Amino acid sequence: MVNSKESKKTKYLNPYVGGVLLGIVLLAANFVSGRGLGASGAIKSVVVTSMTTIAPSASEKSGFIKEFTASHSGNPMKTWLVFEMLGVLVGGFFSGVLAGRVKLKVEHSPKITSRKRLFLALTGGVLFGFGSQLGRGCTSGSALSGMAVLSLGGFITMMAIFGTAYAFAYLFRKNWI
Amino acid sequence: MGPLSVNELISENTNLFLAFIIGIGFGFVLEQSGFSSSRKLAGVFYGYDTVVLKVFFTAAITAMLGLLFFSLFGWVDLNLVYVNPTYLTSAIIGGMIMGVGFIIGGYCPGTSFCGVSIGKIDAFVFIGGLFLGVLIFGLGYNIWDGMYLAKFLGSPKISTTLGLSDGVFAFLLIIIALVMFRVAEWAEKKFPREQY
Repeated sequence: MVNSKESKKTKYLNPYVGGVLLGIVLLAANFVSGRGLGASGAIKSVVVTSMTTIAPSASEKSGFIKEFTASHSGNPMKTWLVFEMLGVLVGGFFSGVLAGRVKLKVEHSPKITSRKRLFLALTGGVLFGFGSQLGRGCTSGSALSGMAVLSLGGFITMMAIFGTAYAFAYLFRKNWI
Repeated sequence: MGPLSVNELISENTNLFLAFIIGIGFGFVLEQSGFSSSRKLAGVFYGYDTVVLKVFFTAAITAMLGLLFFSLFGWVDLNLVYVNPTYLTSAIIGGMIMGVGFIIGGYCPGTSFCGVSIGKIDAFVFIGGLFLGVLIFGLGYNIWDGMYLAKFLGSPKISTTLGLSDGVFAFLLIIIALVMFRVAEWAEKKFPREQY
């Protein structure tokens, strides 16, 4: 007989086992494609597609689009990271189904309303999206993948992300604890 | 042998198919580890749940050692593996903006997709924010391209910068990670939370 506290604790994978598995996935990405994992790059593909579709002539002059097309030929949606992130949705859903965690909901601290949580999620997303472009990748593409290949920039970005989040944690504590 | 696609051992379509398969593994492991929950992710910043730190550093070290050993065995040519370039200014400022986004939004891009995959509406809204943030960067590119391109150092390895061999640096990083894991285990006992 397992009590409820114990069953809650066993719901998730052991973090060190999860880490080793994630490391193997990252190793596989490097072995197959010569590059690590990523996430914000897929969003960039969607933004580039939107910009070139809505305003083709203005987009041609954009330095942002030029930079993207210099490193990506062909359809901006047919990139490694777009296919990888589609896989993330499938893999995450599969895991959620297995663990019985699939449920439509707004997750938030009982001390804040759903509305506030959604406003914070949107604000955080805008900042993270902007920062990921400036930093040439997010926690996955710049920090994690960069660290695996010993990139100096990867380590610097990792320290900047976590250092700043810790520095501001006290200010935003009421949203979480 | 590796990287397979760089050495043209697999076709472009096979490469994209494998990207999808690797993505499934990525999403599955993130969700299994609890990265689909913003409150679990944010725990690392308050000490009540340090899963992010443990998974993140264990993964970085596993992949780093894997690449070093694969190179040793001649399975992968590290000269063909992409090393992220270092633009000092934007690496720091971009990272800081992402850090603020992380503590406000509770997700990072990869984990927000993971959250959406199991129905988190806040993760969906976060992704909407990501789209807007990237769009703002793209539309105003001329305003910040100076900062974006400043202090370019090439693609140095941190081991080279510190004057260490890759192996010695990897060893030191493992020691640092083990110390952080001890601190993390201590923090979880000191700042426990029953429900989140």
